[in-house]
Amino acid sequence: MRLKSLMLALAATLFASGLAVPAAQAAIEVNVNRGDVQPLPIALPAFGGGQVGADIAGVISANLQRSGLFRPLDPASFVEKDLNAAVQPQFPAWKQINAQALVNGQVTVVNGQLVVDFRLWDVFAEQQLLGLQFTSSPENWRRVAHKISDQIYERLTGEKGYFDTRVVFVAESGGRGTKKKVLAIMDQDGANPSYLTDGSYIVMTPRFSSTSQEITYMALRPEGSSIYLFNLETGRRESLGDFKGMVFAPRFSPDGGRVAFSVERGGNSDIFVMDLKSHTTARLTADPSIDTSPSFSPDGTKIVFNSDRGGNPQLYVMGADGSSPRRISFGEGKYTTPVWSPTGEFIAFTKQVGGEFHIGVMRPDGSDERILTSSYLDEGPTWAPNGRVLMFSRESAGGVSKLWSVDVTGRIQQPVPYPGGGSDPAWSPLLN
Amino acid sequence: MVMNLNTRNAFRLALIAGAAASMAACASKPKPSFPTTPPPAAPAPPPTAPAPPPAPVGQTALPGSEQDFVVNVGDRVYFDFDSYSLRADAEPIIGAQASWLTRYPAVRVRIEGNCDERGTREYNLALGARRANAVRDYLVSHGVSADRISTVSYGKEKPIDAGSGDDADAHNRNSHTTIVGGAR
Repeated sequence: MRLKSLMLALAATLFASGLAVPAAQAAIEVNVNRGDVQPLPIALPAFGGGQVGADIAGVISANLQRSGLFRPLDPASFVEKDLNAAVQPQFPAWKQINAQALVNGQVTVVNGQLVVDFRLWDVFAEQQLLGLQFTSSPENWRRVAHKISDQIYERLTGEKGYFDTRVVFVAESGGRGTKKKVLAIMDQDGANPSYLTDGSYIVMTPRFSSTSQEITYMALRPEGSSIYLFNLETGRRESLGDFKGMVFAPRFSPDGGRVAFSVERGGNSDIFVMDLKSHTTARLTADPSIDTSPSFSPDGTKIVFNSDRGGNPQLYVMGADGSSPRRISFGEGKYTTPVWSPTGEFIAFTKQVGGEFHIGVMRPDGSDERILTSSYLDEGPTWAPNGRVLMFSRESAGGVSKLWSVDVTGRIQQPVPYPGGGSDPAWSPLLN
Repeated sequence: MVMNLNTRNAFRLALIAGAAASMAACASKPKPSFPTTPPPAAPAPPPTAPAPPPAPVGQTALPGSEQDFVVNVGDRVYFDFDSYSLRADAEPIIGAQASWLTRYPAVRVRIEGNCDERGTREYNLALGARRANAVRDYLVSHGVSADRISTVSYGKEKPIDAGSGDDADAHNRNSHTTIVGGAR
């Protein structure tokens, strides 16, 4: 298992080096050669079985490339052509181009079902690391590619992948001031977008439940606001109920059984939580300040939130019952939109200082603050389910809002390949 | 006089050809061919006195109308960065709003709080609500019944200035009092 230990060492180095490496700026081009970390060279020749085989390999290659941990090799450099998935690769031919890992596969259609075999090889150890078969309907080929990507990622890094996931977000079109904002969902790589509202009212801050089939979001109309629960499978939509005042900033508890949110009355915003079975609501904060953006810890016992009770917006952690709020952010500037990582290890946030906006992370006790990005307006981070990558929205002065991602070290920063404008992304859990 | 497109084209051609005398006839029944000889040049018109400008038409908003409120009172006040305190330049406008609303007691208003883009979405929703309520509280304390007033915060979702920069931000930090019913 030479390769695995190599990758674990790589990941550890990468993580540690991230502490010292400043955030990459203006990195549309992913610079994988920063610092002393080299992404793993991997060969992904087109799978056998025609165009769909080539397409599947292409999606896997793009996924691994974007993770920043892998460097897919140029197929033009391949020495061994037309790999037969049933026979061992000619390892010297792959060593010759310094491919550390090799993935080959074969697509067939059996009784109208797509059957995809793939194998992952450690080239220098001349060893098979994975040999799996996926079966699905032919139109589902991208999902098969994402599942294979997750298998490769997990086998080589020792951590769960995040490729077979979706992102719910607000699709934006039109000029500033006349923006149309529509609830949307897409695959994590920007493919298969679909639109869930008609733009006749403003939608904001959609969030996934841990079940990945349900989202909650805020709708804003001149008559007032609503928080909706929306089941993506059934299309069923229900309001959290009528509250006096504005309701906003909803977010599910980790078990999906509760939603924490803000209620504004007479100009004062406080945090409440509703049990979705009983529809009983409990008030968690009662302070004459702005209290908003609640986010549960993954064990459900704590909530991090945003409050300006100390004079300007900062981050606070309290018990999930509202007990013992304690300030955790003490750096210069304003801190907003805290989001607890799925591993519990970090809290991501938006920081506003010196005329710039940043995405950053800190430990839940406020220590080890690290700034990952900088721009005119970066905001609203969301975690990939493995806690390795953050997605957020970025807007230039006078420009449109676009979705971006950054890895937790700040090294790999790039736009999400969704062609349109977007904001308020929220990452789903891994699909089943 | 109603003309279809072909007729109109023929009419223009006839004009260019200078067949001014038969204009009306041309318009209804175009000539089949152009004149073969150019017409004599039209004589220069005799000098005349300059035409007096049209008499001015006065326009004014009807008292108690939405236009009256917007033009003569002012429907928007502005705020400092990350602040919901009523500025000195806002008080005369809101004071006038209170007087106007007292004079027209059937009018109902919605106060919309707005923010610049230099803040995150959820915080700005809360800040916009504070701005709307600052104006609401002022109106109520100056005698406008609370049940005539609703508030909403648009956060940074509805900028009136689509630009970026200090000027745009200053415009976009505002509270907008909009009439929703009862105006004359």
